[in-house]
Amino acid sequence: MADATTAVAEKPYYQVSTNKHSGILSWLLTTDHKRIGLMYFAAIITFFLVGVIIGVLMRLELIAPGRTIMGPQTYNELFTLHGVIMIFLFIIPGLPAIFGNFFLPIQIGARDVAFPRLNLLSYYIYVIGAIMALTSLFLPGGPIDTGWTFYIPYSIRSTTNVSMALLAAFVLGFSSILTGINFITTVHRMRAPGMGWFRMPLFVWATYATAWIQVIATPVIGITILLVVIERAFGVGIFDPALGGDPILFQHLFWIYSHPAVYIMILPAMGVVSEIIPTFSRRTIFGYKQIAYSSLAIAFIGYLVWGHHMFSSGMSDTDAMIFSLLTFLVALPSGVKIFNWVATMYKGSIDPQPPFLWVMAFIVLFSIGGLTGLVLGSLATDIHLTDTYFVVAHFHYVMFGGTGTIFFAALHYWFPKMFGKMYNIKFSKIAVVTYFIGFNMLYFPKFIMGYMGMPRRYYDYLPMFTPYQRISTIGSWILAGTIFFMVGYFIHALYKGKKATSNPWGGVTLEWHISSPPIMENFHEIPTITHEPYDFSQLKEMKNE
Amino acid sequence: MSEHDNKVHHISYGTYILVWVALLAFTSITVTIAGIGLGRYTLFIALLIAAIKSTLVINIFMHIKFDEPIFKVFLALSGVTLLIIFALTFFDVLFR
Amino acid sequence: MSNHQETAAATHQTHRDDVGAKMGMWLFLFTEVLLFGGLFLVYAVYRYQYQQQFHIAAMELNTGIGTLNTIILLTSSLTVALSIAAIQKGNKFLSMILISTTLILAAMFMVNKFFEWSTKFSHGIYPGSKELAAKPNGQILFYGLYFVMTGLHGLHVLVGMVVLTFMLVFIKRDIITKDSYAKLENSGLYWHLVDLIWIFLFPLFYLIQ
Repeated sequence: MADATTAVAEKPYYQVSTNKHSGILSWLLTTDHKRIGLMYFAAIITFFLVGVIIGVLMRLELIAPGRTIMGPQTYNELFTLHGVIMIFLFIIPGLPAIFGNFFLPIQIGARDVAFPRLNLLSYYIYVIGAIMALTSLFLPGGPIDTGWTFYIPYSIRSTTNVSMALLAAFVLGFSSILTGINFITTVHRMRAPGMGWFRMPLFVWATYATAWIQVIATPVIGITILLVVIERAFGVGIFDPALGGDPILFQHLFWIYSHPAVYIMILPAMGVVSEIIPTFSRRTIFGYKQIAYSSLAIAFIGYLVWGHHMFSSGMSDTDAMIFSLLTFLVALPSGVKIFNWVATMYKGSIDPQPPFLWVMAFIVLFSIGGLTGLVLGSLATDIHLTDTYFVVAHFHYVMFGGTGTIFFAALHYWFPKMFGKMYNIKFSKIAVVTYFIGFNMLYFPKFIMGYMGMPRRYYDYLPMFTPYQRISTIGSWILAGTIFFMVGYFIHALYKGKKATSNPWGGVTLEWHISSPPIMENFHEIPTITHEPYDFSQLKEMKNE
Repeated sequence: MSEHDNKVHHISYGTYILVWVALLAFTSITVTIAGIGLGRYTLFIALLIAAIKSTLVINIFMHIKFDEPIFKVFLALSGVTLLIIFALTFFDVLFR
Repeated sequence: MSNHQETAAATHQTHRDDVGAKMGMWLFLFTEVLLFGGLFLVYAVYRYQYQQQFHIAAMELNTGIGTLNTIILLTSSLTVALSIAAIQKGNKFLSMILISTTLILAAMFMVNKFFEWSTKFSHGIYPGSKELAAKPNGQILFYGLYFVMTGLHGLHVLVGMVVLTFMLVFIKRDIITKDSYAKLENSGLYWHLVDLIWIFLFPLFYLIQ
């Protein structure tokens, strides 16, 4: 390193501009993967909090039978909005766009992603998509009321702004595709010398598998959405049953993407778990290759099971049985991961810091979600439970209890690295506990109500459900309170937090070898990798660095 | 890194023109056959010829034959994916 | 491994990776393949459900124009491939001529398409028209798919024309040269894909007898 550049080279990334601008433009026009990651972070968190507030409002309506704070049309609009925001704006882009962008290049020893400008472009495409989705709320015609699944024929008939919302989803999908292309190319072309495929951290493996789903599955929903928009705009006959179309075919095409999308959400989360558990167990991961391969296996099998969303749609029995069988298969690689994580902890020297506690919460919640998924995957029980609260409970346990919990785990794990500040450990331990209590109060009664026959997407219910609904609503207050508590202590940490050391947790993957926060372009010189990814004998050498 | 290896394979003008002639020949074959009317085999033959034509385009025009082997793996992956989508959807349509 | 210091400096400054760029392009092409793949799936299902109606509707299409457009597109694919070969040999002028030829051929394709569609429109066959609505369901679906699939393909031809025009300018300004032609190669890949899709569209719409 030349002496003149040393001073600049020591500064954290958020003080060095990658372009000729300074101030706000140095952010808006940046091509640095870390800054782009943070811009995603700001946008995604905002949408998440909006989604949370909508969720709380829906729960409030359900506190007592009958109309309390809103009518049925408003309720329909709110649950659609909650679904669209949480799925398309928060949970699909969440982990890959924020933490993938920030840490994937660092973890493979690269200075940036393969196509930095494309990376910025996909950010803006995301923002445009989000703006379109929000515009659809305020245009004449009113917010969409179809549910986030846009089923035919109602989505053709509805007079609300379905076309605008669909185009928004199309644009968001495009952003997702570009991110996927970028990550795949980055992993293939930008690994540091010595970083063989089996020396990559497992978060990289998971993000890589996710990127493949993004690239291969998203176009299918793209064309499906486009077809519905064209059908609405020009009256072309494609899916409309009145013109001979096949609504079940739409459901196939919709779920061909939207089921793999579930794995876009969960795979990076599993990658984060595989990072956190070894770090806090001070023990190399058990079954590295099995976890790596199981990520690919989940990505692949996840592509073969979309039909289990359609068991009661009128699909052929043959196909239903095939899909049911394949659905059970996907539990295998997930089980492989769970057992490997638990085996990693065995005889480790466990340090129960907040990220680790979040992962423990994840394992419980995700297991409940996964096992109830098997109940829904078997044909007979699914017919009983289709479109009930049981389904709602199941996917909230998997999506929110799984990916959402890990989103917080990742935030607690990497926050010191990203911002160079440490948050209040005691507060965050309290947050895990109240989160876990609130979460189960909110969603567990829904399993029981669903089993008793409470259908989803209704703004009203029979008096017999009142106690369960009330527990659930109180749970939503605890959960939302916890989330805003977290926002509070993170913001406090940003301004008043202690300075974080470069390796507060004792991790050994590459991001812990560099300063907190990282410098622009991450490394003074590209490292040569000589260790396995979770080789904790490095810790001694790292202390001397 | 040894990534910047310049073992670029140049294809001659002649080869390209030859492939083009073959593509035109296949086009005329497929049009002729469709005119004869072989009933249920028409579709099969038409798709077979389209497959042959696309193999030529992908291998020679698009260079995949001479490019990084990993591209072939990618190509196979997207092909398999399409095949799966078609198969699983048709298990519904055929047996409904 | 010992020279990783220089490698770091190299990535730092130039950041040129032609293979990486091509990899990105191929990945993008797969998304296009799957996009059209979805359409072909819809086509396949409806053709299976309405075999008779698809045959009757397809009789209306002009096989002559379809064949002509196939020949035009195949030839344009050849000229793009040749233009890459020309720039590899350092023949800038020939490369520009060949790309211009491609653009002319692409324009011819679009003109043919325009006349084909306007004939259909003048017969009252367009989405949402009364005459089309009076036809049996299978034929409505056939024409729905016909307009959407050839329309989307036409849109790709237009995008390809814009991209190739840029390439023409790049060659003229020596941004694309004998040693650095990855951009042209990747645009060529895109153009071949457009051709590839037409290779399948052609028999599926024009050659049902």
